[in-house]
Amino acid sequence: MKKLNDLEYLKLNKLQILWYKLQLFICAIPQWFLGLGKKIVNFFKSIGLGVKDEVVDIGTTFTKGNWAVKLSFLIFGFGNIFYGQIARGILFLLFEAVFIYYMAAPTGGLHWLGKANLLQTGKTVGDIQGEMVYNEIYDVDVWTPGDDSVKVLFYALLTILFIVAFVVTWRIQLKQCRINMNITAQGKKVKSGKQDLRSLLDDQFHKTLLALPVAGIMFFTVLPIIFMILIAFTSYDAAHDGYSNLFTWVGLDNFNALLNFKKGGLGLAFGEILSWTLMWAFFATFTNYFLGMFVAIMINKKGIRVKKLWRTILVMTIAVPQFVSLLYVAKLFDSTGIIGKLLLEWNLIPKSMLDAHQYSLWANPTSSKILLIVINIWVGIPYVMLQATGILMNIPQDLYESSRIDGANTFQQYTKITLPYMMFVMGPYLLTSFVNNLNNFNVIYLLTQNNQLLNLDIGMAGGVSVCETDLLITWLYKMTLNSAETKYNLASVVGIVVFLVVAILSLIVYNVMPSTRNEEDYR
Amino acid sequence: MSKNLHKKHLSAKASSRISNTVIYVILIAISLIWLFPLFGLILESFRVETTQQVSYLWPKKLGLDNYKYLFTKTDFLKWFGNTGFMGVATAVLQTIFVLTMSYVLSRLRFKGRKLLMNVMLVLGMFPGFLTLLLIYKVFVDFGLTMNRAPVGLIIVYCASSGMGYYISKGFFDTIPKSLDEAARVDGATRWQVFYKVIMPLSKPIVIYTVLMGFMAPWGDFMTASYLIHENSQGMNVAVGTFEWLSKTMVNSHYTMFCAAGVIVAVPVTAVFLMLQKYYVEGVTGGAVKG
Repeated sequence: MKKLNDLEYLKLNKLQILWYKLQLFICAIPQWFLGLGKKIVNFFKSIGLGVKDEVVDIGTTFTKGNWAVKLSFLIFGFGNIFYGQIARGILFLLFEAVFIYYMAAPTGGLHWLGKANLLQTGKTVGDIQGEMVYNEIYDVDVWTPGDDSVKVLFYALLTILFIVAFVVTWRIQLKQCRINMNITAQGKKVKSGKQDLRSLLDDQFHKTLLALPVAGIMFFTVLPIIFMILIAFTSYDAAHDGYSNLFTWVGLDNFNALLNFKKGGLGLAFGEILSWTLMWAFFATFTNYFLGMFVAIMINKKGIRVKKLWRTILVMTIAVPQFVSLLYVAKLFDSTGIIGKLLLEWNLIPKSMLDAHQYSLWANPTSSKILLIVINIWVGIPYVMLQATGILMNIPQDLYESSRIDGANTFQQYTKITLPYMMFVMGPYLLTSFVNNLNNFNVIYLLTQNNQLLNLDIGMAGGVSVCETDLLITWLYKMTLNSAETKYNLASVVGIVVFLVVAILSLIVYNVMPSTRNEEDYR
Repeated sequence: MSKNLHKKHLSAKASSRISNTVIYVILIAISLIWLFPLFGLILESFRVETTQQVSYLWPKKLGLDNYKYLFTKTDFLKWFGNTGFMGVATAVLQTIFVLTMSYVLSRLRFKGRKLLMNVMLVLGMFPGFLTLLLIYKVFVDFGLTMNRAPVGLIIVYCASSGMGYYISKGFFDTIPKSLDEAARVDGATRWQVFYKVIMPLSKPIVIYTVLMGFMAPWGDFMTASYLIHENSQGMNVAVGTFEWLSKTMVNSHYTMFCAAGVIVAVPVTAVFLMLQKYYVEGVTGGAVKG
């Protein structure tokens, strides 16, 4: 498609401009995907190159290094000790000793790795099945525990991470050894242990500060997520809980279950729930956004008094714990609740619903969905209002002055100045609040749990009966906790797919929005 | 001519008065809608004539029976204590985690910084609570569920909280870099810059983070119910009182739930409103004053 220059562009009338922009947008899509593909290819390329560099570097370290360097290929920290960094060297050596002891111990790393049969379809996780064995003393069958698959898998995973850490440490001490050799060859002195410690508060300060939070993330997010991904390839559910029944590696079976669109199938349920989840997130985000902005603009208008009071009243609802306010509000709309009763008395409930014996708004799928979005406005406006207030105060006032001189009315000012500015600045906020709404457990669960409205078309998907208003997150919650039919494996599959959905959405938004690109721009 | 202008001026004034009146009406309506549930909750908690839900607002008989029941016949006090303990502990630990993470990402430049941020972004896209599949199993072995769940919950709330660095990083980003550089030129180590230059300037964000950490356990239902799902001493207020609204218990416990709600809401709301200024500053990046 031909790109117009400025002069040609200005000649177009409004409709043509719209058409032109639409064409531009559509033409940009293949480009965008191409760019994305290139980025991904480059990413893998850079990883490949990095690995190649490392290997080459290790090779030259070996060929060019003296005997101390060569020995530290086998003995951790030998190079450090040789060149006088005693403390460092001993730590490295200790690490190696612990690693070797752990791997070789009778119930150590190799033991667990052997039991786990990682990703070998058809084999069990753990190899000794617990069973009832006759006990002569008590004259009954007694449970003799075997392996616990969960534990086996967990320890195998830990072992793998330990091996990765081992390799990385090996590489680090090699590098240091070579640096030490070079420094000594130049006739300088290597860093002492004291200097090391001091640099942890200075040059290496980031390591000191990051140690705790990153370790926390490693053990409580990364490790469990890898575990969850592995679970997606097993048969881990209520019947195969790993203790009374070992679970097995099943390959892609669970992912295939996602393609089952029959009643009770995971695919059907997933499709229905996902579409409502997306719809919910869309409406919840945008109703809150526009109404919250509207409220903020009203409060901030010149001449409105006691601004602080209005704000405080709204902010109060943020302060009250959600389980209190939401459970109470849910009860208000019950057929016996104050508002629910009023709706009945004033004949505000549609006749079609009454005919179907649905006496409260919670009893009908459509009305309960609408009600959820309305109540969510009550929950969400205060947050948006605060955000928007902050931004409104940052819009340069002279923009408004000059537009008024040019004859713009309030509405035009709103659509031409306020809204674009807000859109630009609040773009990232919109994205995060959209993602938060996708996973908005509290609002949905607390509002509907006591008025469950089963979706009979879906049937028992994932071992639980699905409610009309269930989001993916509440569905997952019920799948893993609330029923005797827990399906951890299917939940993991759904979790992975949710991740993909969120990741793709975010990727698109990040690439389209201008305000998310450069963090250093604002400095 | 001048008369005309005068007229126009007057009409502008009048129209602004009208629009202001309309806005006041809307704002008052909004305030009523927003306050109604809170007000209703309080009234409900003093209702004595029945423990069921009723469809009129004003109680026929006022009294403290519900509160008395809470403190004498249920474990509510225990749950309240648990939640308070979790609130304080989470406030302290989470602040340490979040502030160190965001400070490092905002002020220091090092190899792997971008990678770290991207990894955390991607990790944040997983439905977080699925991590509990494993954490729950491990905690069972360590005895950190059920009765001792508060300790387990504190660990869960805090351990990964470094991933929520965005807001406080935004705050640190606004502190001029020249301050660091000046201090560095004067010979301060990075630790001294952190401790003596940045921290004293960061009171608002510290208070904001503490506030968020303190509030989290009070509102949390999902994580808590995962670690404690049988009647036990380790519950927090949300899990404990949730049961009272179930179909089997709602008729005998509805007003008690409201009383419990009031007791939970009052201290939390009080703390929140006291520190509201810092919350607003945290959320808006310090743009709103007064």
